[in-house]
Parts: sequence; structure tokens; C-alpha cells
Amino acid sequence: MLSTQPMLQVEDLQVYYDQIQALAGVSLEVHEGEVVALLGANGAGKTTLLHTVSGLISPRKGKVTFKGEEITRYQPEKIVTLGIGHVPEHRQIFGTLSVKDNLILGAYHHYKKTGKNKVDEEIEKMYELFPILKERESQLAGTLSGGQQQMLAIARALMTNPKLLLLDEPSLGLAPIIVKEVLELIRRLRDELGTTVLLIEQNVFASLKISDRAYVIQRGEIVKQGSSRELLDDEEVREAYLGHKAV
Amino acid sequence: MSELLQYIVTGLTTGSIYAIVALGFVTIYSVTKVINLAQGEFVMLGGMLMYTLSAAGLPYWIAFFLTIPLVMVFGMLLERIVIRPAKGADALSLIILTIGASIFIRGIASMIWGKTPKKVEPFTSNDPIQFAGASVTPQSLWVMLIMLVVVLGLYFLVEKTVIGKGFQACSANPLAARLLGISPARMSLLSFGLSAAIGALAGMAIAPILYPSFDVGLMLGVKGFSAAIFGGLGSSPGAVIGGLTIGLVESLGAGLIDSGLKDAIAFGVVLLILLIRPSGILGEKSVGKGGL
Repeated sequence: MLSTQPMLQVEDLQVYYDQIQALAGVSLEVHEGEVVALLGANGAGKTTLLHTVSGLISPRKGKVTFKGEEITRYQPEKIVTLGIGHVPEHRQIFGTLSVKDNLILGAYHHYKKTGKNKVDEEIEKMYELFPILKERESQLAGTLSGGQQQMLAIARALMTNPKLLLLDEPSLGLAPIIVKEVLELIRRLRDELGTTVLLIEQNVFASLKISDRAYVIQRGEIVKQGSSRELLDDEEVREAYLGHKAV
Repeated sequence: MSELLQYIVTGLTTGSIYAIVALGFVTIYSVTKVINLAQGEFVMLGGMLMYTLSAAGLPYWIAFFLTIPLVMVFGMLLERIVIRPAKGADALSLIILTIGASIFIRGIASMIWGKTPKKVEPFTSNDPIQFAGASVTPQSLWVMLIMLVVVLGLYFLVEKTVIGKGFQACSANPLAARLLGISPARMSLLSFGLSAAIGALAGMAIAPILYPSFDVGLMLGVKGFSAAIFGGLGSSPGAVIGGLTIGLVESLGAGLIDSGLKDAIAFGVVLLILLIRPSGILGEKSVGKGGL
């Protein structure tokens, strides 16, 4: 199932915030069609890694390759056009714009090429995936509930036509029942749309359940990797992350 | 009674100019959170370039439509040379930078055009129209018309086009905008260009009424800025209401109380309103921090 060349390859990535090292030589890869989870405590460097992949942060050293093209120092405005969609932490929807405008803006970089009618069709597809957004279409996005905003953030990123979707803590601050809904959706995205996913999630147990493979990151380094099933059974992982949550 | 009507007409004319200048402030502020106090210089350049181009023998309307892109380029250069390098500086530093730029521009303008005001012909023949005892010059009507065109054009651009939604996205959340391929840096450049074009329109519209000189941008800029904060910085309808209110108060104050006090009365009213409502009449509560 795995193609030989990974879709996303990250090699020896080192990122600093001034003098503070955030990533100390991280390497990982994501293959087409995979759901890969990146696990780790707060401050381990998960968000930094995603920000570096999508170009918001420039690494001091290392290489990011996407579909054979080196994108290490590209601007985020360019990277999104290559097919990397990023759902940032805390959703970051445009609260003062309507739900529909948020979705239209997702198509911003290809709007002219795609044309209005086709974009409208794509928006309809998003409404099928997230019926609640259709109901709230003309409402200001800032008035949506947390779960709905998360759906909107994901739908908006999908409007960029990503081959690879980066998801940063999609369940943060959501009620448990919504968390389940959001995580199941990630599975569906892969199965129905064929979207490859790199996921950061604080909910370790649930993310191991829905992902194929996972990396564990600690203080800016990958300390463990393997198939999600293996990691679910791993003593250290169980102790560090699942001790209280597995129940 | 007819005198009162005359004051109102005059007030609406100057008020429309203030409104257009204020819309220029709002355009830049709402995209970049930069308060560009060189806005008045765009107005001055509009009038002066119009004068120079038509004095050079270009047909009137060609001079008119050539001035707009010229001033636009000027606005974009201002963004590139002065604002962009200071990216990330705090709001106050950026304001000071734009004040510096405006003094610089005014200095250069006084070297090029000298200190005497320049005479610019009105858009159309300027025989006053008598209306209920007041006389209205066609140029006044043009000024009001241009104000309406600018308002409608901005509304259409911002609300109905994808670029306009991109403007709003950069204002609401630059980080998320970048992740969707919307470049805040490009939008900032565009907003300066657009704002300069708006300023140029104001300058050309008022030039036949108030002959432009190198320093005309100072007072118009201050009045336009007052109108923008009066309306609540960042709100286009607020800018229009603010501009018209200041124009009316000024004209009525000059006519009914004392013409020497017209600026004092106008600014007094603005201060009073801002004391009661610090965020302006249609303003958002928080004034944003500067920089992109």
C-alpha cells in the first residue's frame, strides 16, 4: 500500500525561536493515503513542526520535501497552492465573515482558475460533508459553537484542494461527544476524499485509534514511532499518555 | 432660511471631501491596522498632478484619469519604502513614520510647485444653479457624486469580490489568511494603492473649489482623520457620517457663529463626541495594534 516515495518527507529539521531550540533534528514521513498522528506533550514541538511544513516558520537546518519538490523555504502562500492544507490550532476562522465567505476564501488561491460556479459546487460538497454549515451559511462564523467552528476550519482547509491535510489539535476545547464526531470525520476524509492527513491531537487514545501510524515527539525529538496499533500496546506510551485516559 | 440652506450645501460639499479622505484612512486601517497620516498628501498630489498634467497640455479628462494611477503608484511606493521595512513595529512608531513621510512629501512638493496655490478648472462649466434661494455650483454636485461613487465602489469591492473578502480575511486573521494563500503583504500594498487612488479622487474633485497648494494635504488630512475616528476608525459608513458631520458643523459654525472659529467649532464637536464615545459613533471597541 505504501508507495516508495513519501508524499511528505521531513529530514533533520531544526527550528529555533531566538536561542531556544524547538525542534532538534526531527525526521518523519507521510505516505499518500495515510493518517499519521504526531503525539507529544504541550511544548514538545508538534505545532512548530506543522508551522514549519506549511511555511509559517523557517527552519535553521533541515529539509521539507513534498511530492518530490523541496519546499523548505517557501512562503505559506505558495505552499498551500502545492496541495498542503493547514487547519491551525484554535481553528482561526474569520469570525467577522459569514460561514460561506470563509469557505469561499478557502478557494482563494484557485478561485480565478476554478471559476465561481465550480467553487459553488465545491462548497455544496462541503455542505454535504458538514450539513450544519449549510444551515448556518449566512451566519457570522464567530457566532458558531466550538465544534461547528472546527468543522468550518476543516471545510475551509479542504476548499484549498489539499492532497495533504495538516490538522492541529482539532478536538481542543470541544465536548467529548463532538470530539468523537470530529475524529471520525478525519477517517472519512481519507476514505471518501482520499486526503492524506498529518494530525496533532492531545487525545492520544482516540488519535491512535483513527491513525495508521504515529510518531511520539518529546522536547523537539522523535522518541518513538510505529504503527498505531503497536503504539497502543506499547508500555511506555500507555504509561505516559494513556494511564488516565484509556479508561 | 436661504442662508441656512447655503451653509448646508457648502457643508455637504466640504463634508463629502472629508468623507472621501476618511475612507482612504479606513481602507488602509482596516486591512493593515496602520494609521496613515500621509493620507492628506495623496489628496494634495491628486490636485497638483492634475494641475501639472493639464498645464502640460493634456486634455482635461486624460489628465484626470492619468493622475489616479500615478498617485496609486505613489501610495504603493510609500508602502514598500516606508511601511514594509518597519513591519512589526508598534502602532505609534508607524504613525510617526507616516507623519515623517508626509512632511517629506510636502517639502518636495513645495520645491516642485512653489508656494502659490494652483488654479484647476472645474469638471464642467461652473455656472451656479439656483435652488430654493441657495446657489449650488456644479462642482459641488460633482464632489458629492464622487463621494457616492467611492462609497459604492468600496462597498462592491469589499463585500462582493473575492479580493475584497481577502482584504477582510487579512484584517480578521493574517495567519489564517496566509494558510489559504492570501498574502497580507500583497493586500497591504493593494490597500495603499487603493487608498492613494481614493485620495487622488478627493484632491481632483476639490481642486476647482479649493485651489491646491503644496500644503493643502495637511488640513484635509487632519479633517479626514477626524472624520474617520469620529465615525469609528475602520467603519466605512462611519467615515461618511463623520465627514458630513464635520463639514456641516464647520460650515454652520462659520456662518452662524464666527467664520474665524470654524475649525475650533468642528474640532470641538469631534472632541466632545469622542469624550462621550471614545470608539467613535460606529466604531469597534478595541483599536488594533499596528503592523502586518
